[in-house]
Amino acid sequence: MNEEAVQANVQTMRLDLAAEPVTMQRGGGSLTYLRKIGAVFVKDVRAEWRGREIFSTMTAFSVLAVLVFGMAFDLRVPRSEMIAPGVLWVVVLFAGVLGLNRSFGAEVDRGTLASLLLAPVDRSAIYFGKMLANLFFTLATTLVILVVMFFIFDLNMFHPYNLLAVLLGVIGYVGVGTLFAALTANSRARETMLPILLLPVMAPVFVAGVGLTAGVVDGKQFSDLRQWLVILAAFDAIFIVVAYLLFDLIWEDA
Amino acid sequence: MGSTTVRTNASGWRGVDTIQLALGLLAVAAMTISMWAALYYAPAASNLAGDEQIAQRIFYIHMGCNIGALAGFLMSVIGSIVYLVKRDLDWDRVSQASIEVGLICGMGTILTGMFWAKPTWNTYWTWDPRLTTSAITVLVYLAYLLFRNGIEDRRTRARFGSIYAVVAFLSVPLTFYSARLFRSIHPVVYGAENVDAQGGFSVGATMTQALNINMIAFCVLFSALLVLRWRQLRNEDAIAELREELE
Amino acid sequence: MGECVTDSGLIVARNITKRYGRKRVLGGVDLTVAQGKVMALLGANGAGKSTLMRIISGLTKPDRGEVLLGGVSARKAGHEIRRYIGLVAHAPLLYDNLSAWDNLQFFADLYDMQRPAQRIEAVLHAVDLWPRRHDAVRTYSRGMTQRLAIGRAILHDPPVLLLDEPDTGLDPASAETLAQLIRSLGASNRAILLTTHNLERALLWADSIAVLSDGKITQSASTASLTTEIVRQWMTEIGA
Repeated sequence: MNEEAVQANVQTMRLDLAAEPVTMQRGGGSLTYLRKIGAVFVKDVRAEWRGREIFSTMTAFSVLAVLVFGMAFDLRVPRSEMIAPGVLWVVVLFAGVLGLNRSFGAEVDRGTLASLLLAPVDRSAIYFGKMLANLFFTLATTLVILVVMFFIFDLNMFHPYNLLAVLLGVIGYVGVGTLFAALTANSRARETMLPILLLPVMAPVFVAGVGLTAGVVDGKQFSDLRQWLVILAAFDAIFIVVAYLLFDLIWEDA
Repeated sequence: MGSTTVRTNASGWRGVDTIQLALGLLAVAAMTISMWAALYYAPAASNLAGDEQIAQRIFYIHMGCNIGALAGFLMSVIGSIVYLVKRDLDWDRVSQASIEVGLICGMGTILTGMFWAKPTWNTYWTWDPRLTTSAITVLVYLAYLLFRNGIEDRRTRARFGSIYAVVAFLSVPLTFYSARLFRSIHPVVYGAENVDAQGGFSVGATMTQALNINMIAFCVLFSALLVLRWRQLRNEDAIAELREELE
Repeated sequence: MGECVTDSGLIVARNITKRYGRKRVLGGVDLTVAQGKVMALLGANGAGKSTLMRIISGLTKPDRGEVLLGGVSARKAGHEIRRYIGLVAHAPLLYDNLSAWDNLQFFADLYDMQRPAQRIEAVLHAVDLWPRRHDAVRTYSRGMTQRLAIGRAILHDPPVLLLDEPDTGLDPASAETLAQLIRSLGASNRAILLTTHNLERALLWADSIAVLSDGKITQSASTASLTTEIVRQWMTEIGA
């Protein structure tokens, strides 16, 4: 860059920056809060869409897992309905961990976490934004699992109550999982630590989910299924509130 | 704001030493009485026979361990919440110590449960609610200790451990409830349901006494071990601090 | 721009103490940067410069001491005060998979900017990245990434700018762009605190220099009274 060009640049720089003063909406209420949650969500989904690292890993793992279970139980179990509920929830839980690891793992590895923590917003907005992104990816993976199981296990699990159970279960899962992902993000053994922390805590979701899916597969009435839905809903409500309250405490030493 | 500095005297007998000794002696006495109560004082279950009848006595110790695990659970949640509010590391040590002692009691619950189950139901393991919850609780305890192990900074360790403890232990009652809904072949001694579950036995007055003695004894044992372990953790932190001052 | 209630120091750090486990990284640091001034912080590697920057930016809490920005205590102000801080750190704080435009759009959303498109355009022109604005950041050179990182920091026009080694690894052309930027920014009623390993640049860009050694500020003077030799002498004294 020669001297004149540099000088010209300096002139334009000063001019441009001054000509576009910044107005930031200060304070703001719940609408700005929600908008920021949306911004984090959109950013995560967009970044994943451009890179497509995690979604492909989650789906590949899921397909593989369903196939392995199918082979393992082939000819040992008279009817696939016997094991299908368990297989569904096991694969959802294990595949989900992959996505959860990424949600904060990528930020830590690439060093972008600080940029989120510098934003003038309550840190819980980061929690909700990432939780929604994880929800999106995990639900998409679950859809793939259901489709694969439809073919491999010859079983249609697209029943509305089952889909509702899956939705509620995954909400609870990413609700707690996003919090734990943030807790483990900075540790060296992040990939192994997250499932160890998360899976025992997900036991109620797992039991209720399997109970409900089994009930649907067995053709039970809604009155029998309702108690499982109540457990799932209670889990979601309790843990999302608790996670929201505790999330801010994680970042005192970024 | 709490610091990691622990006020220690170089030597000399202090109040907490007396408490520790008293609790220790009390625990020895209590456990002796509880063993006597379980193995001798309590009458044999009338509707059982042979191995099953003898194995039934494990039940008292099993319930004792259970209460120990429950105590560990409760103390750790209290310790974690108080730490997050007050940031006093003593409370974090309460949390960690109670989880460690609770872990031992929890494993005891599972082991005694297995020794009881085999002669009674001819299987080591069943997925009934109490055993399921015990297994999950032991896993949560282990996860807590593993998690803490991987964190270098003392205060971050306390903070993260407390956050995990609060969340994880909230899930345990729900686990119990959902497992109970799922199925049960464990004799529910105090409830009216499942009275005809296999292996159930009606509890007479003397048996209830033996049971209560055991539960109290294990509470005393838990307290003694908790105080001991808590002091050990204090000393560990004090040593770490002195070491870094010397460096 | 901000509620600056004092004209003495826009950035004030008082008695900042921080330990990490066994190491006492900062032991009572006092620092003041007045409005319209640029201060360069020098020190050996690992002396705690980055830690101090992170504490002033609010990412890390100090064990003791406090940070005042525009007279307002950072601890009491909550998250709104972050609106007035811009940070360039060691890591670029940019999303690899997204383009420069998408990155800046995201940050504009996080800072509640009202007319982001025009501002983003101005910033991209200022850091000379306009032609590459739709390319993913992972295709950028180190110099381009650093320029975009600076663009991100000034996007919301913060009165407090913290630049942690902004010139490391830059090619001469990018370094020159950076120099122009700092000069124009410094002249505009901001307070800029930067760290660098390049003593000449420090003297050229800054109004005052402070040296951080062993967790404390050991030297502090205005650049008008300094020469390269004096500063080099300081650095040798602290073993840098």
